[in-house]
Amino acid sequence: MSSPFFDVDAIIADRQTKIMICCGAGGVGKTTTSAALALRAAEAGRKVVVLTIDPARRLAQSLGVGELDNTPRSVAGLEATNGGHLDAMMLDMKRTFDDVVIAHAPPEKAAAMLQNPFYEALSSSFSGTQEYMAMEKLGQLHHQAQADGSWDLIVVDTPPARSALDFLDAPEHLSDLLDGPFLRMLHAPARGPMKLMSRGFHLVSSVMTKVLGGQLLQDVQTFITAFDALFGGFRQRAAQTHALLSSSHTTFLVVATAQRDALREAAYFVDRLTEEQMPIAGLVINRVHASQLDVSAERALAIAEDLDPAMAVTEVEALRRHAHLERVIEQEKVQLERFSSTRPDVPRTLVATLAGDVTDLDALRRVGVLLADKD
Amino acid sequence: MTPRHRLHIVSGKGGTGKTTIAAALACALATTGRRVLLCEVEGRQGIAELFGASRLVDAEERRVCRTPSSGAVHALSIDAEAALLEYLETFYHLGLAAKALERFRVVDFATSIAPGLRDVLLTGKVYEAVRRGEKNHPNSYDAVVLDAPPTGRIAQFLNVHQAVAGLARVGPIRGQADSIMRMLRSTTTAVHLVTLLEDMPVTETEEAVAALRPTGISVETVIANKVIPTPLDEDQLQRAAMGTTLLRVRALNDQQNRLLTAEFADEAARTLQQRDRHRRLTSLGVPLAEIAFDAAGIDEAALFSIADQIRNQIPLEVGE
Repeated sequence: MSSPFFDVDAIIADRQTKIMICCGAGGVGKTTTSAALALRAAEAGRKVVVLTIDPARRLAQSLGVGELDNTPRSVAGLEATNGGHLDAMMLDMKRTFDDVVIAHAPPEKAAAMLQNPFYEALSSSFSGTQEYMAMEKLGQLHHQAQADGSWDLIVVDTPPARSALDFLDAPEHLSDLLDGPFLRMLHAPARGPMKLMSRGFHLVSSVMTKVLGGQLLQDVQTFITAFDALFGGFRQRAAQTHALLSSSHTTFLVVATAQRDALREAAYFVDRLTEEQMPIAGLVINRVHASQLDVSAERALAIAEDLDPAMAVTEVEALRRHAHLERVIEQEKVQLERFSSTRPDVPRTLVATLAGDVTDLDALRRVGVLLADKD
Repeated sequence: MTPRHRLHIVSGKGGTGKTTIAAALACALATTGRRVLLCEVEGRQGIAELFGASRLVDAEERRVCRTPSSGAVHALSIDAEAALLEYLETFYHLGLAAKALERFRVVDFATSIAPGLRDVLLTGKVYEAVRRGEKNHPNSYDAVVLDAPPTGRIAQFLNVHQAVAGLARVGPIRGQADSIMRMLRSTTTAVHLVTLLEDMPVTETEEAVAALRPTGISVETVIANKVIPTPLDEDQLQRAAMGTTLLRVRALNDQQNRLLTAEFADEAARTLQQRDRHRRLTSLGVPLAEIAFDAAGIDEAALFSIADQIRNQIPLEVGE
């Protein structure tokens, strides 16, 4: 069974596509795919901004985003652009979070909050913060694009998630926490007595004091008092993000390699996105192996066997490597067939494995061609 | 012969085969009737998947594999909330309070707002499992293998001191962090970093080695996974990579020989790049082990074969 072809150029050409989100397991080439896609779209005339998260340094340099910087920068060196252009930026999650606080809290509270040790921890290392801030940044970029027309396509590279769809869940998780019962409870004494809660509160706070120490609880309470200006706001923002992600202008690309683990994650992504009624453009399979030499692994090994290893050392090695390659191809085919037999409707494009690393615009352009080419 | 280390921590960039190597290492340690515990901390169920077992839930330590040398590998998926509740129960005998904690989602809140706390809880559970072996407590293991977070986060994850430093200067959590840190720095613990001979994973490995240095936790081995060995020397590879000398295999026709030459030119170029990365890894000054690529995919037989390769290259035992 074969999957329908995923026509990347058709998606790029469709002006109704305004947001493309690349998701997938870690190490499958998501960042490269996002950058290649953005470049191809820009050279096809779209006004593109690509939001990358922690790209490999050399790829970042080739895009001109060598330093951690929260503002979009123009990428130089594009070919025939047909009116398109490309900006690139790298997410600075702490600064994005700071901006949310500064924008939504009164100045004196914002200042207190930015200095709180808990805010420090929350904004720089909470496992969901990166995902949350990526979505926050997407919202900002989208807003700006609507307002001043700086871009007509936003390409997002999602963070290397702990679990596959953290970026879908993180905004809600964070808003649940920050608008949740515990924070409200800790906050309540500052606002006045709440008899129903107080018994539970004393129990909890005495445990917390015992385990964590009194100072810690006091820090938390200060944090919450500073945070109350933002209460409710997080839930609202999470709802907005969700609406943006499920709008008809957004489409998801699921990125994988033809390996069992990566495809398992991809299947999970596809199912979850379908469940949430989020639009899936298609599946990108990176680093697919191929050979033009029509000789089976068995035959290659048999031929190598008959050669004199002393006289034909390179030939023997070349045949052995070809046999190896044939086995890899076979294995990848099995994995891909397994995927498409269970999810036959998901369009797919294959990107052949490259001889070198992708470190400049030319290499990105080649990846773009492989993405768009019918396999 | 006794195990050289009680705790093995395996990290690696996504896609390098970190979980596979951790599982194979557990098999390698599970010789002659030994019991080994293999833990994961990110709830990915990678271990269950690898051994074709059902999901690991609720702090259950279940046997997932018997090794050919009649040892056993048990598996555990560590969850921060469960670890905290267990910790509170053990040290504070909380009954009702634990329920209140759950009701107000305190655990979720605390581990989210103070991510260092989460790492202390996860490593704390590993610490507890290792201590069972040291103190001969019930359900003890001869060795524990941790399938740890990826290299990008490993230094932060293991540096539990740092994690709680800003939050708890004194008190029981601090005490717990100190004990965990002592274990991680001691010779009973070995950290292994899994990589491929590709640019990004090698770069991350270099960064992880540098990031771990100031923590006092040393890296025992770097494990290069999916290596394809070649009998050719540098000159032969250089020549093949140019693709200008046509290979002549009599059983193939001219066209096939041309295709074979071109294909092998790419392979040789890739192998040369891999040699560069191999040199970068060697210059880290950490022992380097190599695991051969198995094109057929990972099944139990492949796992045991990797276990053999590990045993042959990494000293797991101390003598007599």
